[in-house]
Amino acid sequence: MVPLWMFLAVAAGVFCIGAYGVLSRRNAVAILMGVELMLNAVNINLIAFWRYVEPLNMAGQAFAAFVFVIAAAEAAVGLAIIISVYRSRRSVIVEDVDMLKW
Amino acid sequence: MNVNDLVSNVNFLPWLIPVGPLLAFFVITLVTNRAKMVVATSSEYADHNHPGYMGLRVPVSSVSGRILSITVGLSGIIAAWLISLTVVGQALAVEHLGESEVFGSTIPWMVTGISTFNMGVLVDPLTTIMLIMVPLACTMIFIYAIGYMAADARQARFFALISLFAGAMLTLVVADNLLLLFVGWEVMGLCSYLLIGFWFEKESAYKAAIKAFTTTRVADVIMMLGIVYLYMMTGTLSFRDILHNEVMLSVLANTPAVLFGGLSAASLIGIFLIIGTIGKSAQFPLHVWLPDAMEGPTPVSAMIHAAAMVSAGVYAIIRMYPLFEAGGNPHHGLLTPPLMLMAVVGSFTALFAATIAVAQNDVKKVLAYSTISQLGFMMAALGIGAYIAAAFHLITHAFFKALLFMASGSVIHGMEHGDHHVQHAHGHGHDDAAHDAHAHDDHGHDDAHHAPHFDPQDMLNMGGLRKTMPVTFITFLIGGLSLAGFPLITAGFWSKDEILADAWKGLTEGFGPHALVFVLLAVSAFLTAFYTMRQIGLTFWGEARTEQAKHANLGQGIVSFTMTLPLVILAFFAIFAGFVGVPPTFPIFGSIFSPSENPFFEFVKNTLLSEQQPGELTFAWFPVLTSFTVALGGLGLGYLMYWRKPLQAGETDPMVKILGGLYPILKNKYYIDEVYVRVFVKPSQVFASVVVVRFMDGRIIDGILHGIARVFIWIGDFLKLLNMWLIDGVGDGIPEYVAAFGAYFRRFQTGRVQQYLLWVAIAAILIALVFAASSGWLVQASGG
Amino acid sequence: MFELNAQSIAFILFALFSLGGALGVVTTRNLIHATLYLILSLFGAAGFFVLLSAPFMAAVQVLVYIGAIAILIVFAVMLTRSMTRLSDIYNSQWLLSAIVAGLLFVLLLVGVILPVWGVNGTQAGREVSSIVTTTVDLGKALVDQNQYVLPFEVASLLLTAAMIGAIVVARDDKE
Repeated sequence: MVPLWMFLAVAAGVFCIGAYGVLSRRNAVAILMGVELMLNAVNINLIAFWRYVEPLNMAGQAFAAFVFVIAAAEAAVGLAIIISVYRSRRSVIVEDVDMLKW
Repeated sequence: MNVNDLVSNVNFLPWLIPVGPLLAFFVITLVTNRAKMVVATSSEYADHNHPGYMGLRVPVSSVSGRILSITVGLSGIIAAWLISLTVVGQALAVEHLGESEVFGSTIPWMVTGISTFNMGVLVDPLTTIMLIMVPLACTMIFIYAIGYMAADARQARFFALISLFAGAMLTLVVADNLLLLFVGWEVMGLCSYLLIGFWFEKESAYKAAIKAFTTTRVADVIMMLGIVYLYMMTGTLSFRDILHNEVMLSVLANTPAVLFGGLSAASLIGIFLIIGTIGKSAQFPLHVWLPDAMEGPTPVSAMIHAAAMVSAGVYAIIRMYPLFEAGGNPHHGLLTPPLMLMAVVGSFTALFAATIAVAQNDVKKVLAYSTISQLGFMMAALGIGAYIAAAFHLITHAFFKALLFMASGSVIHGMEHGDHHVQHAHGHGHDDAAHDAHAHDDHGHDDAHHAPHFDPQDMLNMGGLRKTMPVTFITFLIGGLSLAGFPLITAGFWSKDEILADAWKGLTEGFGPHALVFVLLAVSAFLTAFYTMRQIGLTFWGEARTEQAKHANLGQGIVSFTMTLPLVILAFFAIFAGFVGVPPTFPIFGSIFSPSENPFFEFVKNTLLSEQQPGELTFAWFPVLTSFTVALGGLGLGYLMYWRKPLQAGETDPMVKILGGLYPILKNKYYIDEVYVRVFVKPSQVFASVVVVRFMDGRIIDGILHGIARVFIWIGDFLKLLNMWLIDGVGDGIPEYVAAFGAYFRRFQTGRVQQYLLWVAIAAILIALVFAASSGWLVQASGG
Repeated sequence: MFELNAQSIAFILFALFSLGGALGVVTTRNLIHATLYLILSLFGAAGFFVLLSAPFMAAVQVLVYIGAIAILIVFAVMLTRSMTRLSDIYNSQWLLSAIVAGLLFVLLLVGVILPVWGVNGTQAGREVSSIVTTTVDLGKALVDQNQYVLPFEVASLLLTAAMIGAIVVARDDKE
């Protein structure tokens, strides 16, 4: 099998790409997709470490499972919010949602 | 010691003499000077109205105020008079008063380290004769003033001031040291200022008051220097200690003076003190204030110029005579510088003033110059060593001069009365502009539309007053004859004759000063007699020259009574006071009045040390004949010119023709006043206004003040600037910076979450880098 | 270290899927395309799970992530359609974000590969462990009272809450 660091490098890459997407995309849904990428990368990281370091301890998989749950919940609620915002503002450009501006 | 003993002890009584009038002054000023307020234009205040009072209310003595003040004032002076009589009685009873025993007491007044300065009272023969004359004359003047000032708006104030005056004079008389004498002297100077300027709304009056005060002040300063020097030399100012003390006198006579090396200390002090008297007794060249002092009410003139102030001047030099004589012997022709000064100044002034009096037309001015002249007599007499004669003449002169002044006051009062009569008789009020004969009295009415100002004091407006004012005429005549020295029956003759006799004695012994004195005084006596007769003739004899004179009288009632009674009393003294000083060697009269000795002479001579006492005069015909000649000659000439052919209305004075070009010079008093104004007054005024006001006050003092103000203003501006920069700058600056800072950083809050997240990411990376660096990743990255 | 066997080839393939899909997500303008790229990336991740002997995870990945979340995203895209084609895809801070992301990647890589966290800090060269566990062990762990039953229950509560929340938020107020 490949060395651990390759998995970690891939996860890091996906994570950073997701971070780039979160920070630079204008569309709210696109940002959410970036967030999903990041969570996905985390999961890869967790499972890789579980398998290579301590496969006996189910904590690794359990943790990854719970990350799934969180991601799902967050995606649901986030998309619900996007839809609600779209309804009131007719826009999903996050730059337009700046009511907390000074 | 209980009060009774105190009061009955004659040593303490003299303290009480000035107390009466001084107390009266305070009581009148503080309590009884009640006034009611009237409009300034009302008739009660008519005499004193002034444009500055327009629309104001002014005080006029109320009737109760007048009565109370008169009562208090009169009580004061009568109390002084009675106490003086008691003291005099005791003094006359003592054998050889003054030789060893005198009355008096002292109190320690000021402890000056090593010694104590004592103040006290002294009654020696000189004091005694003054105490006979002064309270009597003052009481007469007080009584006179009741009537004279009855219509005046400020009568109560007048009584307060003359009480103070009398109190000061009595203080001076009973003083036992030069300082207390000087105190009385100065207070009298103040009172003369207040009283001469009594009608202070009138410009001539207040100017005369200032003139009197400043002229005598010049002399007083020099006198003060003399007193100080005397104190420095002797350590005391007590009369008995200095003047009755041979050792002291010889020391003073032998010590050279601090200034003017040729003089002895005694001479220098003497000269300074004499200068004080030259001012106070109006001798040349400081005589200029006395004629102007006629601006005051007549009782004031009587008091100042007869009984009190000028007498005080002569009294002072008579008192200090031993000091003047120290080092010389006038009875043997050796005159010390002070004596020489007195002889020369006195005799010169006597003649000088007499010449001016001849050309004067104002009834009071004639008397003023006559006073100056007679004081010159006294000073000259003292200069040649005729101590007793000078004292004698002082006393007699006080009596007849006070009489003459008061009588002239009655004349003026009568003339004003006639003036009112004329105005009312013509049925016009003060509004008729056309009538020439309209007159208004002399006290300063300001009605501009009136015709020529009527002067009730001008003798050319009088005439024939003997008919309407007989008592005044008789008493004036008696006084005038006494002044002229009418032989034998008037007091003035005896005193003047004694002076001339003393001068003659010196002349026969070949002393120059005595000769000078004799000649000048004889001529002055002639002129005195002449101008007196002229005055009486112009005033009383002949026919009235104006309407006012026709109706001049004093009226009836209390006013005329109070104004004539003193005249009568003083006339008595003007005749009989001389008989106490008749020399025993005088034919007939000597044996009647002075069988064994000349009472006055014997009494007064004990004031001096026996070495200095003048010797008894032997009778000489020449001076007596001279006195007779000059008196009768002068009177006769005056009779011929003014009585035989009395002056008619409109006629000019014969003196104008006789004197010709000399007349204007005499009338204008030798233009001395003008000279003084040019030389002293104007430069002082210029100096005051230019140097003192403009330069010293304006530039220097104001400059300093302005400079200080500028400094403070500069400090204020500086602080203001400091405030602006520091406090405002910092205080306002900090919030501004904070706000700017905040405004700048506010822009972070864009409301865009992505930007926040970016910053979070950047911060996380930075922290990670720091964390990594601190755990040495550079080291480990390269190896291990 | 790196042998070229079946597992490595599979790894490279799945890595390409993941990374390629991720890149596609952040670069396409069309959101449906982005969603499809996301699905590709998720598939790659699922492959990884299989490689890592976590079949349950792989199954859940496909069922939940791809089957539910990606579909959900499609629906969201559909419901917010009007704005999807018109605007720029990047905002004003894209460059800085790229730099930050790059920097983050470098840091992570350095942190992973090099022993920067201390001598024992890295597991980079670690070989795969020889122990293998099954899904049964995971199941037991999730309901074992000494292990992860509590987080399991809490997770279910969380899902309930999220579901309710999503419904409430997305509900149309006009009804």
